[in-house]
Amino acid sequence: MNTENVLSKAEGGAAAAEHTRSGRFFRPHVDIVEKAEELLLLADVPGADGDAIDIRFEDGELTLHGKVEPRQGNDRRYLHQEYDVGDFYRTFQISEAIDAGKISADYGDGVLTLHLPKAESVKLRKIAVAAK
Amino acid sequence: MTVYFNPFHQLRSEMDRLLNGFLGSTTNGGAYPAAGRGQPAVNLWDQNDALMLEMEIPGVKSEQIDISVAGLDLTVKVQRPDIAEEGLTYHRRERPVGDFTRVLRLPCEVDSNKVAAELLNGVLTLTLPKAEVAKPRKIPVSS
Repeated sequence: MNTENVLSKAEGGAAAAEHTRSGRFFRPHVDIVEKAEELLLLADVPGADGDAIDIRFEDGELTLHGKVEPRQGNDRRYLHQEYDVGDFYRTFQISEAIDAGKISADYGDGVLTLHLPKAESVKLRKIAVAAK
Repeated sequence: MTVYFNPFHQLRSEMDRLLNGFLGSTTNGGAYPAAGRGQPAVNLWDQNDALMLEMEIPGVKSEQIDISVAGLDLTVKVQRPDIAEEGLTYHRRERPVGDFTRVLRLPCEVDSNKVAAELLNGVLTLTLPKAEVAKPRKIPVSS
């Protein structure tokens, strides 16, 4: 019997979600900004259709996945080509406590904007000191 | 002379390609200096009567784009907005911000009065109708 396996299981706990992906995906550029009330995530996903973007948040793991239909046929002969068009995919491990029920997203000008409100318990609270 | 596969030549050309990519390839006179860091990438293709150019510029509004054609030179200037403000903590900062200019040498003359530009979901598409002299012409064969 392989004791190593048993050991790592006991120590590591539940395995993190792993994904199988087929095909090719692009990794969008993102900005993640921390504000007092929320984490703000901006992702560059030009040419995507807002309805075809799939956002999941589960156990602190945020997954962005979107379909981007090719805008040009396969037979297009480029005089000059610097980029390709295709689906995008990226996951993040969010360590801050997020109020998952209040996550909101909108899409415009090729940018996906995600608001991840912090859970009440981790919000910075200013405590007033009462002077006697 | 016998031509062998020469790994050094291959390495050399790979290095050239790499350096050109980084330095913008202005020295060897390429018509399309490679897109540098943050520079919007372009695709260019021929559609019979027009040249088509596409550029991915997420986050840019139409008033932040400046397009001009002078002879064979097409210039596209874009201003990528910055969301930065005082007191923000960034966990990731990958999206390019600032002003970027691409100058492209077109392969044929275009009718600069009829150039059309469309911006949809962060994708800019330019239709550059070819000048009369540059249009493909069907030549009938008399029998």
